[in-house]
Amino acid sequence: MKKTLRNFYIALIFLFLYAPIVTLIVLSFNASRSRAKWGGFTLKWYQSMFRNDAILQALSNTLLIAFLSALAATVIGTVACLSMQAMKRRHRAVIMGITNIPMLNADIVTGISLMLLFITLGLRFGFMTILLSHITFNIPYVILSVMPRMRQLNPSLYEAALDLGASHMQAFFKVVFPDILPGVLSGFLMAFTMSLDDFIITHFTKGPGVDTLSTKIYTEVKKGIKPEMYALSTLIFVTVLILLFLVNRPSAVKKETQTS
Amino acid sequence: MNKKTLAFPYVFWAAAFIVIPLCMVFYYGMTDKTGAFTLSNIITIATAEHSKALLLSLELSFVSTVICFILAYPLAMMLTNMHVSTHSFIVLIFILPMWMNFLLRTLAWQTLLEKTGVINNVLAFLHLPALDIINTPGAIILGMVYNFLPFMVLPIYNALCKIDGNVINAARDLGANGIQTFLRITLPLSLPGIISGITMVFIPALTTFVISTLLGGSKILLIGNVIEQEFTQTGNWHLGSGLSIVLMIFIIVNMVVEAVFDREGEGNKL
Repeated sequence: MKKTLRNFYIALIFLFLYAPIVTLIVLSFNASRSRAKWGGFTLKWYQSMFRNDAILQALSNTLLIAFLSALAATVIGTVACLSMQAMKRRHRAVIMGITNIPMLNADIVTGISLMLLFITLGLRFGFMTILLSHITFNIPYVILSVMPRMRQLNPSLYEAALDLGASHMQAFFKVVFPDILPGVLSGFLMAFTMSLDDFIITHFTKGPGVDTLSTKIYTEVKKGIKPEMYALSTLIFVTVLILLFLVNRPSAVKKETQTS
Repeated sequence: MNKKTLAFPYVFWAAAFIVIPLCMVFYYGMTDKTGAFTLSNIITIATAEHSKALLLSLELSFVSTVICFILAYPLAMMLTNMHVSTHSFIVLIFILPMWMNFLLRTLAWQTLLEKTGVINNVLAFLHLPALDIINTPGAIILGMVYNFLPFMVLPIYNALCKIDGNVINAARDLGANGIQTFLRITLPLSLPGIISGITMVFIPALTTFVISTLLGGSKILLIGNVIEQEFTQTGNWHLGSGLSIVLMIFIIVNMVVEAVFDREGEGNKL
C-alpha cells in the first residue's frame, strides 16, 4: 500500500515534469499551424525544417557556442582547480567565493553586468560576446565538479611521479588527469547543457543578426512559434535520449553524474 | 612550472568577467547620465509602479519556493529509499528536460492550460470544474514551480543520500519513533540541502522575466520585466542598474544565509 502510494506520487511528479515535453513532441507532428488545434498527423515540419536557413543558422550558433564555451570553461576551470591546490586556504576561499557569484547571482544581473562591460569596452555585440559570457557562467560548473575529485586525490602520487622522473606535464596527464577525468567530463557535460539551455544571459549579450535557438524562439513568441521549432527540439531531445541510453546501457551505470 | 602561475588565467578571467562587470552595475546604478553620484536610481524602487512589481515578485517567488519545497522533500525521501544504483539515473531524469529548450517547455504550458487546452479537456471529461489560470499570477507560479523544481529536489536528494543509515538505525534502536527520527535526525542533517534548494529556487524565481512574459500575458509585470525593459527597450541603463542593486540586496542576504549553513564552501549545488 505504502509502495503504491509512493509510486503514484513519483509518477505524478514525472507527469508534471514531462507533460510539456510530450506536448511539444505531439505538436511537432501537428498538421495545423495553430498550437491549440490538432489538424492531423504530418511530417512536413521535419522536412521544411531542413530548408529553413534561419533555424539551421540558429542551431549551428547554439551548438558551436555550447561546445566552444564548455571546452574553454573546462580547460580554464580544471587548470584553476589544479592551481588552487597549491594555494593558501584564505586565497582559495576568496577565489571560491568569487566562483560562486555567477551561480548564486541572478542570471538577469549577470546578463546586464556583462552587457555593461561589453558596452564600455566597445565590443561589437555578436557571436564573440555571447561566447565570452557563456564561458564565464560555465566555469563555475566545471570548478564545482572537478574540485571534489581533486581533493580526494593523494598529493603524494603526483610527487612520486616527479621523483620517478616524470616531468610536470607527464605527471599531470599520466597520474592526476585520469583520476579527475570523471569530474572533468561531467563538468564539461554540465557546462554544455547549461549553455544550450541559457536564454537570459544570451538575451542581454547578443547582437542584432546573431541568434541562438533560445533568442530566436523568444522573438517568435509574439508572432507565433514556427512548428519547425517543435520539430527541431523534438529531434534534439530524442537524439540526446538515445545517446544517453546507449552510454548507460553497456555496463552498469557507473558514470558519476555530477551533483556536488 | 609553478602551480601558482597556473592560477593566473582564471584569476584574470574572474576579475574581468565577474568582478569588474558587477562593479559596473554598481557604478551605473549610483550615477546619472552625466556621471554624477546619485541615489535616485535606487530610490525609484519606492515608486508605486516599481514597488508593486517588486512586491508581486517577492510574493510569487515565495509561494513557488514553498510549493517546490513541499513537493520536493517527500519526493527526495522516496528517491533516496530506492535502489542506490539508480543514483545517476535519478539525476539524469531531472536534467534531461533541460535538453528541450526552456522557453518552449514553458510555452507548452500555454497549450496545456488554455481554456480549451489539454488539461481542461481532461477535467471536462472527468466532469470536474475547468481550470482558468492562464495569464494570471497562478500560471506564473506554476511555471516557476515547473522550471525550478529540479533545483529543489537535487540538493535535498544529495543531502539525504549522504546521511549514514546507521545514524537513523541508532535513533530507532534508542526508541525514537518515525516522526521523532525524522524531526531530530533526518531533517536537521538535510538542512544544507534545503538551504541551497531554497536559494536555487527563490533567486531565479524572484528575478525571472521570461516566465511572466510567457505565462502571465503582457499585463503582469515582475521586477525582472521592469529591469529587462529598462535595458532593452527604454535604454535607461542607470535606472535598470539601480533596480538591479535592489535585487542584489536580496541575493546577498540569501548568499549570507547559505554561507552560514554551508561553511565547507563545497555546496550542494547541482
